[in-house]
Amino acid sequence: MDCENCGERDAEITLTEIENNEMRTVHLCSTCAALKGVSVEGSGAPPIADLLAHLGGSGGEQVFAADAEACDYCGTEAREFRKTGRLGCPQCYAQFADQLRALLGRVHNASQHIGKVYVSSAVDADDSQARLSTLKRRLDRAVEIEDFESAADLRDQIHILTEVV
Amino acid sequence: MSGVLREGPELEAQGLDWLDDVGPEHEIVVSTRVRLARNIQGFSFASQATGEERETLFQKAREATQATEVLGDVDLWQMTELGSSERTLLLERHLVSRELITGPDGEAPRGSALALGNRKALGVMINEEDHLRLQTLRGGFQLVEAWRDVDQLDEELGGRLPFAFHHEFGFLTSCPTNVGTGLRASVLIHLPGLVLTKQIHKVLEGMGQFGVTYRGLYGEGSKIVGNFFQVSNQTTLGRTEEDLIDSLKTLVSRVIGYERKARSHLLREAPNVLEDKVWRAYGILGHARSLPFEEMMNLLSAIRLGVSLKLLKTPSVEMISRVMIHAQTAHLERAARRRLDETDADVFRAQYVREALAADSASEDEDTGEGWDRHSGDAT
Ligand SMILES: [Zn+2]
Ligand SMILES: [Zn+2]
Repeated sequence: MDCENCGERDAEITLTEIENNEMRTVHLCSTCAALKGVSVEGSGAPPIADLLAHLGGSGGEQVFAADAEACDYCGTEAREFRKTGRLGCPQCYAQFADQLRALLGRVHNASQHIGKVYVSSAVDADDSQARLSTLKRRLDRAVEIEDFESAADLRDQIHILTEVV
Repeated sequence: MSGVLREGPELEAQGLDWLDDVGPEHEIVVSTRVRLARNIQGFSFASQATGEERETLFQKAREATQATEVLGDVDLWQMTELGSSERTLLLERHLVSRELITGPDGEAPRGSALALGNRKALGVMINEEDHLRLQTLRGGFQLVEAWRDVDQLDEELGGRLPFAFHHEFGFLTSCPTNVGTGLRASVLIHLPGLVLTKQIHKVLEGMGQFGVTYRGLYGEGSKIVGNFFQVSNQTTLGRTEEDLIDSLKTLVSRVIGYERKARSHLLREAPNVLEDKVWRAYGILGHARSLPFEEMMNLLSAIRLGVSLKLLKTPSVEMISRVMIHAQTAHLERAARRRLDETDADVFRAQYVREALAADSASEDEDTGEGWDRHSGDAT
């Protein structure tokens, strides 16, 4: 069926409206539906690739420039990320931290996590000192965000770990 | 105590128990979903991982999910071991994503699996875009309850698997749009009143300002049909989980209020048109011999509105939700025990809907002695 508004594209959405006690059904293409404020595919978020194109484009340094170094761990390159919008591994976040901050600021209006603090009991404590400092840092954060339950948990873990050490 | 693990069991009614509990605000809200994206330290994200890595990860996830208490007994399906109709069936139940069941080559991806507990469709997608997608599905408007279940599952799994977490960026995800909390909460909401009164665009536009997006029935990129909108939080970083859940709850409550107002406005201002629309839809659904999916959804939308405004006595909202699930093609194929082409599917769909409506109105007749509606004569 053709779109009843433009008559050019295929109709993709059916809208029924009632006005003055009369009902009208219109079949619209996605473009005309969007003009009426109803996007066929929802509002979604702009794809990462589009966002990147707008970031730092005006003379400034490009975010995720193609010549940025690849991830040491998985080898994902900046230009791959620009294309797919997917990072290759958790390590990519450390590798591309500076660039990600700019991007995350745009996507989430924030770049600092303040939600749940992950406390892993599954991680091998092969390096107790590193683990201890991680726990202490997480404790600081938990206190900072007044997550006292996590803070208490963390204190317990630190306590156990320092006794073992 | 951990539960029993069943590997690759026959697909029956798994993941559909939310249909038994239509839940709060069910006149307007169909269902509530919450999911958390999690990844495991030391592994590449699923898109970069080799078949072998995906396999290893699957084994780890399998052990961990089996050991959790909150899941109870676990049913586990590897996508490579299911036929395409069975995988689509899981998709139609909103238990898996398109990405989980189909790889870039069109085949089921190696290591991709669904682990499903025995209540509230609480479970885990394994080797999706992220290593783990913890999720649950409830009837009606139950954001806080759904979050509580998924949070508990997260605590248990996080104690058994080392999640990738960064002090600044939070839980690390393959796509930066999910990073931080990894939380996506969504509410499937039925807004015929706002569409019919031409207010829907204002409401949808307004949502954007509150960090909320909307989509069609099956998540990203899916089409909006039957006035059903999937409303969810847009951002995942820089706010706590409780805050995200809370704002979505507040916003959806407000939309529910607008929808109610629109419905009573219609009932007051255009009762004849409304009643005619509802009864015509009921008539077509009760008698059609061929019913394409989208047409069915538009008609179900009308009778769902009719039932909630008491213009119709039957079917129940519960039955309408059931039909929305069971009259999808893979579900019809399962009932027919064969593949159906589009023409066949439309015929089977019409038959399924006729029988469902007849059964529901028959059980109503037993209760009241009549299937007729008291409003039908006096609306002028
Ligand atoms: Zn058009
Ligand atoms: Zn990497």
